Amino acid sequence: MIRIENVSKSFVLHNQGAAEIPVMQGASLRVAAGECVALVGASGAGKSTLMRMLYGNYLTASGQMIVGDLDVAKAAPREIIQLRRYTLGYVSQFLRVVPRVSTLDVVAEPLLMTGTSMDDAHAQAEILLARLNIPQRLWPLSPTTFSGGEQQRVNIARGFAYPYPALLLDEPTASLDPTNRATVLDMIAEAKARGAAIIGIFHDAAARDAICDRQLDVTQFTPGLAA
Amino acid sequence: MTPLLQVEHIAKFYGSRIGCTDVSFDLYPGEVMGIVGESGSGKSTLLNCLAGHLTPDRGAVRFDTRADGLRDTVTMSEPERRMLSRTDWAFVHQHARDGLRMNVSAGGNVGERLMAVNARHYGEIRAQAIDWLGRVEINEDRIDDRPTAFSGGMQQRLQIARNLVTGPRLVFMDEPTGGLDVSVQARLLDLLRGLVREMNLSAIIVTHDLAVVRLLADRLMVMKDGHVIETGLTDQVLDDPQHAYTQLLVSSVLQV
Repeated sequence: MIRIENVSKSFVLHNQGAAEIPVMQGASLRVAAGECVALVGASGAGKSTLMRMLYGNYLTASGQMIVGDLDVAKAAPREIIQLRRYTLGYVSQFLRVVPRVSTLDVVAEPLLMTGTSMDDAHAQAEILLARLNIPQRLWPLSPTTFSGGEQQRVNIARGFAYPYPALLLDEPTASLDPTNRATVLDMIAEAKARGAAIIGIFHDAAARDAICDRQLDVTQFTPGLAA
Repeated sequence: MTPLLQVEHIAKFYGSRIGCTDVSFDLYPGEVMGIVGESGSGKSTLLNCLAGHLTPDRGAVRFDTRADGLRDTVTMSEPERRMLSRTDWAFVHQHARDGLRMNVSAGGNVGERLMAVNARHYGEIRAQAIDWLGRVEINEDRIDDRPTAFSGGMQQRLQIARNLVTGPRLVFMDEPTGGLDVSVQARLLDLLRGLVREMNLSAIIVTHDLAVVRLLADRLMVMKDGHVIETGLTDQVLDDPQHAYTQLLVSSVLQV
């Protein structure tokens, strides 16, 4: 489902003396449907960078980044938009929403974007929010004022609303209490069971061991860090 | 899929000065594209060339018309272009007073667009006007008030209702949230996002506000001195800018 072949990336900071910082070199990874792979490595090794490159959020300098049948490294913006709508989900560490939009609508949006009716999308969003223990009285409110853990759970509900065939999870269990952490791990396991290919970053080693089939140390792809 | 709008090598000069030059892109149905740049970068000139308010000196702007498919709007006759701007196009001005008739009632402002496309039944026009005022969150009992009696945010929402009542397919927006306070801005952004999704609108939004494009636009074009210097997915351009100017622009945004 996901195939990364020999990708590289560097940042050029034009306004800071045109410093060129290579951040990724020769990275390769394959993830099959129903498989979950953890990215590991020290902070700054490039775990999130690799994930963002795969999502099309960062440009890839060379190599291939294939999700389904699209090479994200060379795709046009509208192809990536389609990919994100129907194929590739991404749960980031931070929730980014339009102010004033209700939590229910935030979670329902990915479904509305794929043509689900408003009623069905809301019904699905309610199930997810209830499962993740977001109190019902908060549903009509904007999540911008929620606590860190609540925002994280809203973000997860949104990321799991549509059954994407491929999922990227950046620290989905950080800042969650044990009950909610267990729920999120269950949801990841269910996604695997329905055949989703998953790449995750988990600082929580117990969660990683519980859910991931194997792990990949990205340090080996970090220029200047590899032995 | 046929693009809704196909722009090829558009250039506009003011004497020897460059307004904008060598701009090309395709816009597909349902896509929202943002154009950012500092004032004087040519983004409004470009928007006005695309919307037929200015005649470009070079290039073609092909629009996928309902009757004949792709037609160059630069070379089509004035009546044809005006028909498009009354039906399939909409233009939301930065200052609502440029897009509204200030001495005509709110209902009249919405109804006028309908009458321009041959609606004649008073009851139906009024019913549609009421429906649209509701959709942009203006209370029905304000239908006979003039826009002069409205707040800035309400005027802007009325302008949007007036523009969208004829069911356009392409909306041009020039700083639609400029000059509004932030709470009004958020409400307007939410409204625009909903309308874009429900009506499958394509839109081109000119703004200097990077937060606005991040929330509204799928794609982004960065302009400087009349040239397009960078294009791409909105979040990619903002999070991984390649050009020195874009990096400066992104890093200059104040964090709240």
